Formats: sequence, C-alpha cells, structure tokens
Amino acid sequence: MNPALGFTALAVVLVATVAVGVYGLRLSRATSDFYVASREVSPLWNASAIGGEYLSAASFLGVAGLLMAYGVDMLAYPVGYTAGYLVLLLLVAAPLRRSGAYTLPDFAEERLGSTAVRKVASVFVAVIAWLYLVPQLQGAGLTLETVTGAPRWAGAVVVAAAVTGVSAAGGMRSVTLVQGFHFWLKLTAIAVPAVFLVLAWRSAGTPSLTAPDVPRFPRTTAVDIDQRVTFDVTAPVTITVSGGLDGTSYGMEHAPGGGQRLVRVRLVAGAHTAAAGSTLTFPEGVPVPHKAGTEPATGARWASPLSGAGGRGHPLYAVYSVLLATFLGTMGLPHVLVRFYTNPDGRAARRTTLLVLILLSGFYLLPPVYGALGRIFAPQLLLTGQTDTAVLVLPQITQGGEAGRLLGALATAGAFAAFVSTASGLTVSVAGVVSQDLLRGSTRGFRWASLAAAVPPLVMTVATPGLPVADAIGLAFAVAASSFCPLLVLGIWWRGLTDLGALLGLVAGGGLAAVAVVLTSVRGTGGGWSAALLEQPAAWTVPIAFAVMVTGSLLTRGRISAAAVDRVMLRMHLPEEVGAQPEPGRPGVPVHRV
Amino acid sequence: MSSTQPPRRIAVTAPRRNRTGGWSARARAEDLHAQPRLGQVYVRSLVRDQLRLSLGVLTVLTVVLGGLPAAFALAPGLRTVDVLGVRLAWLLLGVVAYPLLVGAAWFHVRYAERVERDFTELLNAPGSGAGPAHDGTATGDAPGPGAG
Repeated sequence: MNPALGFTALAVVLVATVAVGVYGLRLSRATSDFYVASREVSPLWNASAIGGEYLSAASFLGVAGLLMAYGVDMLAYPVGYTAGYLVLLLLVAAPLRRSGAYTLPDFAEERLGSTAVRKVASVFVAVIAWLYLVPQLQGAGLTLETVTGAPRWAGAVVVAAAVTGVSAAGGMRSVTLVQGFHFWLKLTAIAVPAVFLVLAWRSAGTPSLTAPDVPRFPRTTAVDIDQRVTFDVTAPVTITVSGGLDGTSYGMEHAPGGGQRLVRVRLVAGAHTAAAGSTLTFPEGVPVPHKAGTEPATGARWASPLSGAGGRGHPLYAVYSVLLATFLGTMGLPHVLVRFYTNPDGRAARRTTLLVLILLSGFYLLPPVYGALGRIFAPQLLLTGQTDTAVLVLPQITQGGEAGRLLGALATAGAFAAFVSTASGLTVSVAGVVSQDLLRGSTRGFRWASLAAAVPPLVMTVATPGLPVADAIGLAFAVAASSFCPLLVLGIWWRGLTDLGALLGLVAGGGLAAVAVVLTSVRGTGGGWSAALLEQPAAWTVPIAFAVMVTGSLLTRGRISAAAVDRVMLRMHLPEEVGAQPEPGRPGVPVHRV
Repeated sequence: MSSTQPPRRIAVTAPRRNRTGGWSARARAEDLHAQPRLGQVYVRSLVRDQLRLSLGVLTVLTVVLGGLPAAFALAPGLRTVDVLGVRLAWLLLGVVAYPLLVGAAWFHVRYAERVERDFTELLNAPGSGAGPAHDGTATGDAPGPGAG
C-alpha cells in the first residue's frame, strides 16, 4: 500500500466534508435550521442524503467481506438493507412525517402521551446509535491501518473528531449537503474499481468461481500480518517467514547487509499463530490456510445457498433472522427517521423513499463483485481474517502501477465517506435526542450533545476487538427491529396501543436483543444453537416484542383516551390538504396536485 | 399534547410558509375533531384502505423474498441451477431482487396517493354534505355540519 495516497484520500474526503459543512453553516442560522434543515431540501438531494447516510461501513466494506468469507447466504444483508426501506415506505413513511415527530421519542410521546415511554425510547435511540457507531469507527480504524499502517485507534479518532466537529458546527443542514455529496462519492468509489476488477477477471481467463476446489494462492504471495492471527493449515506447506510465528521469532537478527533474513519454515497441518508485524510468504498454488473459526469452503459450496460455507451453523435460521432484522430494523434506526422530517409533507416522504430505494438498489449491485472476485485475487484475506478490507485492497492487487494506486485511493475515499456520513447522521440524531431531552433544545446544548454522542462509541471501539462489520451492524438492526419497529407499526396502525403496553414491549424486546448483542460481543461467535440464537436474535426477539406490546396493551385497555387517539390518528393519516384550513375567500380546498 | 407545554420539543412543526399554494403543510384538523364520530368513521376507512394496501404489498414481499430460502431448503436441486451462466441464487438475490423492490415501492406510492385522492374527493364532493365549509368561518373538511 502507498501511505501517501491513503492519507491524501482521507484528507480530500475530510476537507471536502468540512468545506461543504462550512457552506451549510453559513446557511443555518435559526435553531430549526440546525435540527431539520428547514425542510427545504430538494427531493433528489434529500434522497441522496438518506442514501449517503445509510450506506455505512457495513454496506461499503462489510457486505463484500461477508460474501467473500461465507458465500451467497450473506446476500440477505444487502437485500434486507434495501427491503427495509420498502417496509419503511409501506408502514411508516407518510404517517410518521405527518405526525410531525422529529425523533422517535417525539413520536412515542405524541402518540402515547407518556413521558416514561419517551425516556425509554431516548435510551434506546442512544443504545442503537452507539451500537451502530462502533462498527463505523472500527471500519475507519481498519481502513487507515490497511492503507497507511497507522495504529487501529487512529482512524477511529480521526473520524469521530471530524464528525463531532461537523455536526456541532452545522447541524442538519450541513449534514444534509455533506451526505448527499457522500452518496455519489461512495457510488463512484465502488463502481469504477469494480469495472476494472471485472476486466481483470476476464483478462485472467475468467477463472471459475464455483469450482470444486478451495481457494489457492494464485501466485507466490507475501502475506503481511497486521494483527496477531491464528490460522489452520490443512496440508503441510513450506513457507518463508519474517517475524513471529508460533512463538518463535524468525529472521529478526539482522543479516550482514542490514536487512532481515527470510527463514524457510515447514508448517505442519494444524493451528499456527502469526504475530503482528510478521510476513509469511506462501508458494503459488497451495491452499490458503483460513483464520481459525472460518472453514475453507470449495467454490461450489461457497456459491450454493444454505450450505453453511465458511463454518456458519444453522444457515436457514440465520438467513431468516437477518432478513427479519433488516426488514424491520431499518425503520427503527434513529438517523433514518430524522431524515423524513426534511420532507415537506407525507406525499413527498413517500416519493423520497422511492428514490432512495432506486439509489440503494444501484449501489448494492456492486459489493458482490468484490466479494466473489476477492476469493480469486486476494484469498490471503481469508488467512488474516480481514475480508472486510476486500474493497480497499482489490483494486491495487488487480491493477498495477499508477492506475491501481489511484483506484485504491478512490476506494479509500469512498470508505471514509461511508464512515463519516453514517457517523455524522448518527451523531446528529443522538445529539438531537440528548439535547432535547436533557438540555432543553438549545443550539449550544446540541453542540455539547454531539460530543456526548460520539465519545462512548469511540471508547467502545478502542477497547473491544470487534465482530465483522456487517455482523455488528446486523446486531444494531436487531435491537431496532425489536424495539422501535413494534412501537411504530402498532402506534401508527392500531388504536389499541397503550403507553404501558408500549413500555413493556420496548423493554422486553429491545432489552432481550440488547442482552444478546452484549453476550455475542463479549464471547464472540461460536457454534451450536445457543450461539446462533444469540448472534441473530431478531427471529425471536421481534415476535416477543410484538407479543408483549399487544398483550400489555390489551390488558391495560382502560388507559386509552379515545379522543387523544383519534386526534393523533387523524393527524398521522389525513392527507395534508384535507387537514389544512382553506384560505379566506377561497371556496374549498385545492386537492388536485397531480 | 397541546402546544402549550414548555419548549421541550423544538417548535419546528409549524409550517414556515405555504409551499405549494393554497394549503398549508401541516394538518390542523380541529374541525374533524369537533365531530369525533363522523370524523372517526371517515378516518378509520382511510386508515383501513391504506393498511390493506400496505399489507398487500408486504405479503407479496414476504412470500417472494421470504419464500426464496425456503425454496432452496425444500428443493436442494435449485441450489446449483445455473441461469445465463450465473448461479440462480446469486442472480435472484444479487440482481433480480432490486428491480422487484423498486417496482413494489412504485406500485405502493402510486396507489397510496390514489387512496388519498379518492378520500379528499369524497370529502369535497358537492352534495355529499361532507364538503368543506364555504363561508370562511368553519375551517376544514368536517363531514357534516354541527359541532360535537
């Protein structure tokens, strides 16, 4: 990798972000500008901003990484991320916009008239946003480490600082501009190298992706180990080593010429551990040893659905749980919902969502290209376990010279755009909730709250080793699907929801999902049913949340105030033109605006 | 939740100006509130129509996308089928799914707007007794005269 180009890409993204942000700051003066960009954002720009905010590290890096390691079943993630917007459109978009609620806690209080539910909702907003921010910052650390060799915490700190600064400085307006810009940057950054990647694949004679063979090194490959890793060798192999392997340090005594000596080592079948900073050089054609915990899969198995390729158990359950979490979780993501407020009315909210779906669909066609071709061109990522970096390293592996470096820099810029835009969206929405609920909604409070939103996930990122990026995001979706999805769906469509029922459902569903997330993060991935249930909790926590919310509401039916419910339902579902007051001297209400 | 509370929630819900001419961007349907029973009947039918539409599309989505893993589970032969040189599963989940999602969204937007249009036309239809007041004092589209 070329550190200079990596730093340049990072600097360009940050400078452009700050520049657009400052431009936005000049435009935002009143408090309402800060929060919702005055609702005067054009539909395409708003849709781009939603897309830019939504395409996080999980989409830009994580999907390709999971596909590369675990095969076709992982397509459930991108399909689910997109379908989540469809479900949002079907059940939530227009009524939520019409409710006038700016955040989820606003919605809870407005619909149920309960400050207790509001408080619990605020807590869940913060929890979900933090869970979502951690993988963004992890991705930033991984990216900076991959392209520049900087320590892992550095990337996380840079992104957290940039995001806090931008959101504290400009609020929603600048963030909207920044994110619209980031969407197109990300699309370019993943599309252009993908074209070259496919060309490289064709010029290599289109090697088969579905061959009945495990991944092999296509040529003599030097594998740099950034993080200490344990891997399984399936057949004895002789490699050259520099650095620490299995507790022995090879070639570290300096050779007379001043450089390090390379030492040939015979690896027997079984587990081996390479230390950080070592370099292992494998000969051409040998099977790629996989990181412990990942099973080598033949191309045929990898390409086949429900095969459990890569060693993931219970593939059918996992696929359904991911689909459920992403279908229903999208509507509960705090940074997604805030965006709907920037639409002028419910109809515009629907149309914007349709546009978002089109933009996302275009984007998600591309990560599978990296996931599939990564197995051919960069199988060493299966050894280091850093398949999440496939999007970053593939352009440079397949294209030599300047072209490859430029493509690599473009991919790096896209990755940083992904971290910065998602993280700033999350920071703004958490800051909005914290400042409204704790700091009485002032602009100054919003600025302090931006800091409060970004610091805890930064600490968590630096302190924990972390899951694959897309898996970690999936857990945040699971918590959102188990808490806010039932609150929104039942709140919008069912008159019988009571404050107590909602409270119990939030705590039961969201709480169980959060416990599963914590357990998974602490003990890592594992085998067996208990691990599968904890790693993909949505399939059981979402039904529990709905069941508790409905049962609790039915048992506390007496708490419903029919008049209040009528008022809110009317407001959420009436088209704006009906609810409006006709202007004096003007008969009727203009309704035909088609 | 009247707006008389202290400014915990920032008061950005009010329209800044009329964006598209004669109507304001926020619903202030006090008049439908004034006749709770009739208003309820109308709004409940609107909600029911919208919910039926949404659940219809949602059912199709669930059957099509949710059915795929089940189909692969029940018919293992499908797992290795190639179409146009690409594995069926990759083609369906990686490519075909997206136009389907966009199509479903387009269908929903179109029909949800139609439901709303029909509803406003029903309220405004001359002679239905449910049109908006024309004297400029009663505001809104309360179906039927009289206060609650």
